[in-house]
Formats: sequence, structure tokens, C-alpha cells
Amino acid sequence: MPQLFQRYTNTLAPASIVAVFIALSAAVWGMHAIIFSPYATEVGQPVSQVVPFSHQHHVSGLGIDCRYCHTGVETSAFAGLPATETCMTCHSQIWRDAPMLEPVRQSWATGQPLHWNRVHNLPDYVYFDHSIHIQKGVGCISCHGHVDRMPLMAKSETLYMRWCLDCHKAPEVHLRPANEVFVMKETVPDEKRGAALLRAEEIDKTHLQDCSVCHR
Amino acid sequence: MNVGTATLCLAALAVCCVACRRDMGHQAYHRPLDKSSFFPDGMSARRLPAHTVARGQLQEDELFYTGHIDGKAVDLFPMPVTREMIERGQQRFDIYCAVCHGRTGQGNGMVVRRGFPAPPSYDLDRLRAAPAGHFVEVITNGYGLMYSYASRVEPADRWAIAAYIRVLQISRTAALKDAPPDERAKLQQEVAP
Ligand code: HEC
Ligand code: HEC
Ligand code: HEC
Ligand code: HEC
Ligand code: HEC
Ligand code: HEC
Repeated sequence: MPQLFQRYTNTLAPASIVAVFIALSAAVWGMHAIIFSPYATEVGQPVSQVVPFSHQHHVSGLGIDCRYCHTGVETSAFAGLPATETCMTCHSQIWRDAPMLEPVRQSWATGQPLHWNRVHNLPDYVYFDHSIHIQKGVGCISCHGHVDRMPLMAKSETLYMRWCLDCHKAPEVHLRPANEVFVMKETVPDEKRGAALLRAEEIDKTHLQDCSVCHR
Repeated sequence: MNVGTATLCLAALAVCCVACRRDMGHQAYHRPLDKSSFFPDGMSARRLPAHTVARGQLQEDELFYTGHIDGKAVDLFPMPVTREMIERGQQRFDIYCAVCHGRTGQGNGMVVRRGFPAPPSYDLDRLRAAPAGHFVEVITNGYGLMYSYASRVEPADRWAIAAYIRVLQISRTAALKDAPPDERAKLQQEVAP
């Protein structure tokens, strides 16, 4: 009877253990890479819309405040998207013949609202509220990035649970005074100011990571 | 195919199903502005039926909601005019009005510089003489080319803006001696080159 295991299997055995280990790590690394890849997170991927609305143009070019269009952001959970009427306050007079704006005029004429494709969309089991974040001094830019440089809107954060928790663990580095919340300038981390704002806004960090805050 | 492979395939399929189903992520309710296949107009949000008033939306106080008394605009505020109110008015004015009217109310906002017909300056004698109720009316119902801002500016904020327009008007003709003494030095410093 010939030898069932050849000599080389002596090296194959330990090698296969190492190989399995490497393969497993590669799989974990690969999955991690996929989950955090722009393909899966959609971060930085512009979403196309019927009307190619440019925040860059309207926010940094014209200096329109976020609240002119996203009226609900200070007082309700939902920031709100502008009604056709809001576009028409200006576009009834300027660029009134632009073909790009035809869907807006049509919506105004028929009363059928424009449909904007969602860019950010949390799963329904997550509770999120804009008003508390705005009231306590978290700037739009901390979560939505440089909106004023986006010709088309794109996500700038993953919106994964880990991302929420990273801030809820240490919100002070992201806090700013009330009059800067809508300003498109990065927060400069400043421990002293952060601690003072944390106290002034009476933010209690101890419960911010409880599951029931976001999963109600 | 033997039983082993079949079981393995089934198990793999089961894992896939569990991993891919996002029932909890898309529950059977509508979030704001969602589409709906239930209503013919495709919207999940419903418009108010004709001749109905939503709870808390009954606008009985004529002065507060229209700026009028017996159908005429009046120069009377339905609430005390305080510093906080004027500051609130300034904030709301800068958000909703300054794009056209300019931060100082001269009618030279950014959108006007891009071709929007220029609104009148608040400095006109006619608008100086206009009652505060007129400004509230313009915000609520619009005026000529200007659309209504009623859906975006709360009734109380309309009065705050009206108060701030008065401030803008007064500031055009105010002299240095009108400022409180402790502010004068600061103002002079700002003017000095
Ligand atoms: C002139 C009106 C206007 C102004 C001003 C404006 N937006 Fe928007 N915004 C829109 C419209 C219309 C959309 C929907 C189309 C899109 O997603 O690009 C939108 C979408 C968004 C979205 C994505 C919504 C989604 O689907 O998830 C974010 C975030 C946003 N805006 C943030 C801001 C911020 C922050 C500012 C102030 C710096 C701002 N916007 C100012 C009109 C405006
Ligand atoms: C406060 C006034 C104002 C409002 C409100 C406004 N726009 Fe504009 N928009 C402008 C102006 C001014 C221009 C032209 C800019 C220029 O000439 O530099 C413009 C240009 C555009 C253009 C073409 C130019 C480009 O490349 O962006 C589109 C498309 C557009 N707007 C869509 C919209 C939509 C959709 C809305 C409603 C959500 C809206 N706008 C609300 C003032 C406004
Ligand atoms: C703490 C992070 C955070 C801050 C601060 C924040 N947003 Fe958002 N925003 C989100 C998240 C998360 C969503 C997705 C909500 C969902 O899917 O239910 C969102 C969604 C939106 C939307 C889409 C409509 C909606 O409400 O779902 C708009 C518009 C928007 N944000 C505008 C703004 C503006 C304007 C500001 C600043 C005044 C702002 N956001 C500040 C996290 C934030
Ligand atoms: C950049 C910082 C930041 C990020 C990112 C952030 N939050 Fe917050 N969040 C805060 C702060 C600050 C508060 C206010 C806490 C307080 O008042 O005690 C808060 C409060 C909340 C509250 C209300 C808590 C209460 O007691 O009622 C909810 C709900 C919430 N966040 C959900 C979320 C979710 C969901 C996400 C991710 C999609 C998120 N937050 C991302 C900073 C952040
Ligand atoms: C600050 C807000 C916040 C808190 C606190 C929070 N979560 Fe989450 N959670 C989220 C968000 C946002 C998501 C959705 C992430 C996504 O879209 O993949 C999520 C998703 C989940 C999921 C689903 C994961 C998946 O991939 O399907 C589970 C399970 C979960 N959370 C459990 C918990 C538990 C347990 C706790 C308490 C220890 C907790 N969460 C606390 C925000 C939060
Ligand atoms: C899109 C540009 C635009 C915006 C934004 C705007 N207005 Fe006007 N406004 C106009 C124009 C144009 C006129 C002149 C209308 C006419 O004579 O046809 C006007 C006229 C007025 C008048 C004078 C009415 C009269 O009797 O002559 C007042 C007062 C006024 N606006 C107040 C406001 C207030 C308050 C806001 C903010 C809530 C505002 N406007 C926002 C464009 C605008």
C-alpha cells in the first residue's frame, strides 16, 4: 500500500492553518472595506434629481440661509424640503424660461409636488430629530459636510450607528454657539469652549448612548 | 445531488434571506413627503378639505393674524415690543427677506443683483408712513411680484419682522446724538478709518 500522506503534507498541515487564518482575516478585512466603501455607504456619491438643484450656487453663490428652504429644521424632527412655491418666489422672475426649470413650472401649474430623490435615509427603526441637535448647537456642517460646495447633494457621512455614537460619546468637540449653527465653516475643536457650551446647554452625556435614545 | 449538498444549499439560502430582509428598516408607515400608492394624487400627505379648519388653526384674532382692525391696516402691535422681539425680527428678516430687500432694506439684495425686479427701499416716505399692520399684511398675503411668506414665517414672527423694518427705517435718519452715550464712542470708532 502506498503512503497515504506524502512527506510534503508535514509542511502542508501547519501551512494550511496559517492559510485559513490569513483567509479569514482577509474576509473580515474585505467585508469591512466593502461596508465602509463609498459604494456601500454612498458617501460622496451625488444623487441625480429631476431638477439639477445646486446648493453650491444657491448657498455660497447667493448666500441664501438654509432655513429659507428647510424651514422645519429648527422646530421639528424633519428638516423639510422646499415646496414648489419656495422655488417660485425667485424663479417666477429669474431664469423663468430656462428648460432646466421646466419641471418646477409644471409642478406649480398642476399642483403636483416635485419629487426629490432622498439622499439621506435612515432605516425606520431609528429615531432622529433635527430640532434637538440644532437647539443644542450642532452645526449642519458637522453632519452634512460642505453643502455649500455641492453642485449636487451627496452624503458626506455614513449615517451608521457608529457615527452617531462617536459624537454622542463626546459631543463637546462638535458644539458651536447658536449663531454659527447654519454657517458653513468647520468647527475648530476647542476644549474650553466645548466644555462651556456643554454646560450652558445642560447636555447630559451619560444617557446619550442608551439604546432607547435612538431605538424607541 | 446528495442530501448533504442540498442541506448546505438550503442553509446558505436561509442565511441570505436573513441577511437581506430589511423589514424593520422599511416599515408600513409614511415618513414626511413619502409617495403613496393609495391616494390617486400619489402623495401620502393630505391637503386640508375645503371649508375645514385644523385644530389650533382658528384665526379669530383679526389684528394678530392680519394686521387689520375692521379691515384697515393699523399701526398697533398686538404684543409689547421688546429687545428680544426685535432681535428675533432681525434674524428672521435676514433669513427670509434680505436675499431681495438687502440687509439694510434698500432693495439691493443678492437676488436683485442677479436680475430680480428691485423692491422699493423701506426708506420711501410712503413706506415710512405705512402702518406696521401693512408690513404684516404684505408678509401674509404677498404684494405684487412678491409671494406670500405665510407658510414659512409664523404669525408672531411677522410682527417681529414688522418691528425690525421700523428699526431699519429709523436707522436711516438717526443722528449720532440719538445713540446712548456708551454706544457713541463705539460707533465713532467704527466710522473712523
Ligand atoms: C434655495 C433652496 C435651498 C437652500 C437655501 C438650501 N437647500 Fe438644501 N435642499 C434644497 C432642495 C430643493 C433639496 C432636494 C434636492 C437635493 O437633494 O439636492 C435639498 C436637499 C438637502 C439635503 C439632502 C436631503 C436628503 O434628501 O437627504 C440636505 C442635507 C440639505 N439640503 C442641506 C442644506 C443645508 C445645510 C443648507 C444651508 C447651508 C441648505 N440645504 C440650503 C433646497 C435648498
Ligand atoms: C432666493 C431666490 C432663489 C430661490 C428661492 C431659488 N433660486 Fe434657483 N436660482 C436663483 C438665482 C438668482 C439663479 C441664477 C444664478 C445666477 O445667475 O448666477 C438660480 C439658478 C437656478 C438654476 C440654474 C442654475 C444652476 O446652475 O444652478 C436652477 C436649476 C435652480 N436655480 C433651481 C432652483 C430650485 C429647484 C429651487 C427651489 C428649491 C430654487 N432654484 C430656488 C435664485 C433662487
Ligand atoms: C446630528 C446630525 C445632523 C445635523 C446637525 C443636521 N442634520 Fe440634516 N439630517 C441628518 C440625518 C441623520 C438625516 C436623515 C434623516 C432620516 O432619514 O430620517 C438628515 C436629513 C436631512 C434632510 C432631509 C429631510 C429630512 O429631514 O429627513 C435635510 C433637508 C436636512 N437634513 C437638512 C439639514 C439642515 C439644513 C441642517 C442644519 C440646520 C441639518 N440638516 C443638520 C443629520 C443631521
Ligand atoms: C455631531 C454630533 C452628533 C451626531 C453626529 C449625532 N448626534 Fe444626536 N445628539 C447630539 C447632541 C449634542 C444631542 C443633545 C443631547 C442633550 O440635549 O442632552 C443629541 C441628541 C439626540 C437625540 C435626543 C436625545 C433625547 O434625550 O431626547 C436623539 C434621538 C439623537 N440625538 C439621535 C441621533 C441619531 C439617530 C444620530 C445618527 C444618525 C445622531 N443623533 C447623531 C449630537 C449628535
Ligand atoms: C445615537 C443613536 C443610536 C443609539 C444610542 C443606538 N443606536 Fe442602534 N442604530 C442607530 C442607527 C443610526 C442605526 C442604523 C445604521 C444603518 O443604517 O446601518 C442603528 C442600527 C442598529 C441595529 C441594526 C443593525 C443592522 O445592521 O441591521 C441594531 C441591532 C442596533 N442598532 C442596536 C442597538 C443597541 C443594542 C443599542 C444600545 C446599546 C443601540 N443600537 C443604540 C443609532 C443608534
Ligand atoms: C424674492 C424677492 C423678495 C423677497 C424674498 C421678499 N420680498 Fe418684499 N418685495 C419684493 C418685491 C419685488 C416687491 C415690490 C412688489 C411690487 O411692487 O410688485 C416687494 C415689496 C415689499 C414691501 C412693500 C410693499 C408696498 O407697499 O410697496 C414690503 C413691506 C415687503 N416687500 C416686505 C418683505 C418682507 C417683510 C419680506 C420677508 C418676509 C420680503 N418682503 C421678502 C421682493 C421680495
